[in-house]
Amino acid sequence: MTNKNSKVEFLPRSHFQELIEHLQQAGYTCVGPQVHEHAIHYAELAHADFLPQGMSEEQSPGQYRLHEAGHDRYFAWANGPQALKPLLFTPREALWQSSNNCEDNASLCFKELIPEQRPLAVIGARACDLAALYIHDKHFLQHGYRDPYYLARRKNMLLIAVNCTHPADTCFCASTGDGPRATYGYDLLLNELDDGFIIESHSEKGVAIQTQLNLQAAEASQLEQANDAVEQAAARQTRGLPAQNLSQPLLDNLHHPHWEEVAQRCLSCGNCTAVCPTCFCHSELDEPVLDGSHSVHYRQWDSCFCQKHSYIHGMTIRDTAGLRYRQWMTHKLGSWHEQFGRSGCVGCGRCITWCPVGIDITEEAKVICSGDQHD
Amino acid sequence: MATDKNIKPKVAVHKFSSCDGCQLAFLNMGENLLTLSTLVDITHFAEAGPVDEDTPVEIAFIEGSLASPDDLERIKHIRSNSRFVVSIGACATSGGVQALRNMANTKDWIAAVYASPEYIHSLDCSTPISDHIKVDLELWGCPVSSWQMLQAVRSLLFGAKPEVLNDKVCQECKRQQHVCVLVAKGEPCMGPVTRTGCGAICPAMGRACYSCYGPAEMVNPESLNQRFLGLGLLSSEASRRFLFINSGAPEFHKQGLKCKPASSDDGNLDG
Repeated sequence: MTNKNSKVEFLPRSHFQELIEHLQQAGYTCVGPQVHEHAIHYAELAHADFLPQGMSEEQSPGQYRLHEAGHDRYFAWANGPQALKPLLFTPREALWQSSNNCEDNASLCFKELIPEQRPLAVIGARACDLAALYIHDKHFLQHGYRDPYYLARRKNMLLIAVNCTHPADTCFCASTGDGPRATYGYDLLLNELDDGFIIESHSEKGVAIQTQLNLQAAEASQLEQANDAVEQAAARQTRGLPAQNLSQPLLDNLHHPHWEEVAQRCLSCGNCTAVCPTCFCHSELDEPVLDGSHSVHYRQWDSCFCQKHSYIHGMTIRDTAGLRYRQWMTHKLGSWHEQFGRSGCVGCGRCITWCPVGIDITEEAKVICSGDQHD
Repeated sequence: MATDKNIKPKVAVHKFSSCDGCQLAFLNMGENLLTLSTLVDITHFAEAGPVDEDTPVEIAFIEGSLASPDDLERIKHIRSNSRFVVSIGACATSGGVQALRNMANTKDWIAAVYASPEYIHSLDCSTPISDHIKVDLELWGCPVSSWQMLQAVRSLLFGAKPEVLNDKVCQECKRQQHVCVLVAKGEPCMGPVTRTGCGAICPAMGRACYSCYGPAEMVNPESLNQRFLGLGLLSSEASRRFLFINSGAPEFHKQGLKCKPASSDDGNLDG
């Protein structure tokens, strides 16, 4: 997948800051992983010193613990709760403003509030997040209506992927076919070794950055080491979905008793949908100023676990936790195929880790799709 | 609400058993309080000055729970004088922190607290406004936020029904990109059963939500309680997470009593 003009080269760790500086000189604001509120979090990155060097984490259903592992690596951890989604599909944003103080004496006027976005260079994107990005691009940009708010952020984004070598216990990207190796959707790709990085480009923008760096030739042993690490990361994953397309098994089991069993545990809090890199549901609301002279129309992340998500004409269609969980899973793993030509699950495992009560989509899907109890 | 622009709608702010903190959500509005005064006539607001409980009003805001025999009469009078009744704060919506006494023996605690208990005319239970009259809108919280009040007033002035916020705090917390304190730190956070509207201020500070906004829609206290036990809380500690600011809210009350240890004495106020 390497760009034809790109070389596979070696960037010593001591020179990583130069990559950030070249990106900054090229006009990018760098965004990268950092330790924030006891987790790995993506935020504006001024210097390589702020990367989570030496950090690792442990994840299990309903639990995430960060710790200092005593190594020199920057990327020796599996994803935290968020990566690319909030950078593009922001959790809350103003769409337009209405006012009754109009220049042309009209009684009501509207103003679109398209964001002015600085070009971002995101350092550290994982394969699962690039797969999710592909889905969001399809959703927001390729269905006849190009969402101008998403587009404003997306069009100038440079993506620097890092192949994942430290999957969490909750990860299952190997089973969905989305990782741990990044194969598309990035400009530059890094493989982290103890003393530095294998670097290669996948786009003209990536080549332009790579050629400015003072790099060494990558040795065959380094390439082998990088490749082995990614393969081991795939082999270490123990979770998985029963199949990549679960549309039919889920439709066959809409009345499986296990939906109700999950509902006994489910809090309907929507943490799963908030951390899911492909969930895109939103609600819209108006916030008028007190004197009523103008009002701002917002959109914000919503969840199929919220009451109003299925509120139609005086009634809530999905008024039990079982129905809400069923909606989420049957869409994510089932009807998503019809909508986007693939599953909505990229195997990042976030919904498992960040569910406060540790509901595990892989385990629930296995039981529900087992078919031995369907009607 | 009022269609004639020259006639300002009348608004009253009433207080029952409470700490006055929700009335401060009005007084702390800053510049908006001045704007508000140009939009409505505040006929009764003892905390701020005007006292007139008898003039009929378009909107009555009610703070506090009903805790004495007199309260029961006064609230009926207010209802009959008001077009739109909004109860504000935990006391008015669930009975408040003082509803903890609903689980104790009234005579015992009055005797324990007051030197001359015969002067105290207190009902056995502290109850929310909606237990006694029709309430048109409830704004939960301890205290309510000024933002909630402003949104409600503005909607009513437009003649629209104010938005009811009933999602879980988690939604607001995640929209602000905070890391879940329950998952990342093992904090016994009540966010997954608590009504949004506060701005997720406790998780934003790295601490667990203690549910001052009361239960959200369709909560699962049993499952969250189970998780708290898994985090290492004793059942009595988990119980207190539910029996706290909004112990009178039925969903929390039921859960709190369910996991209350058998040895706990109903009359023991130390619990």
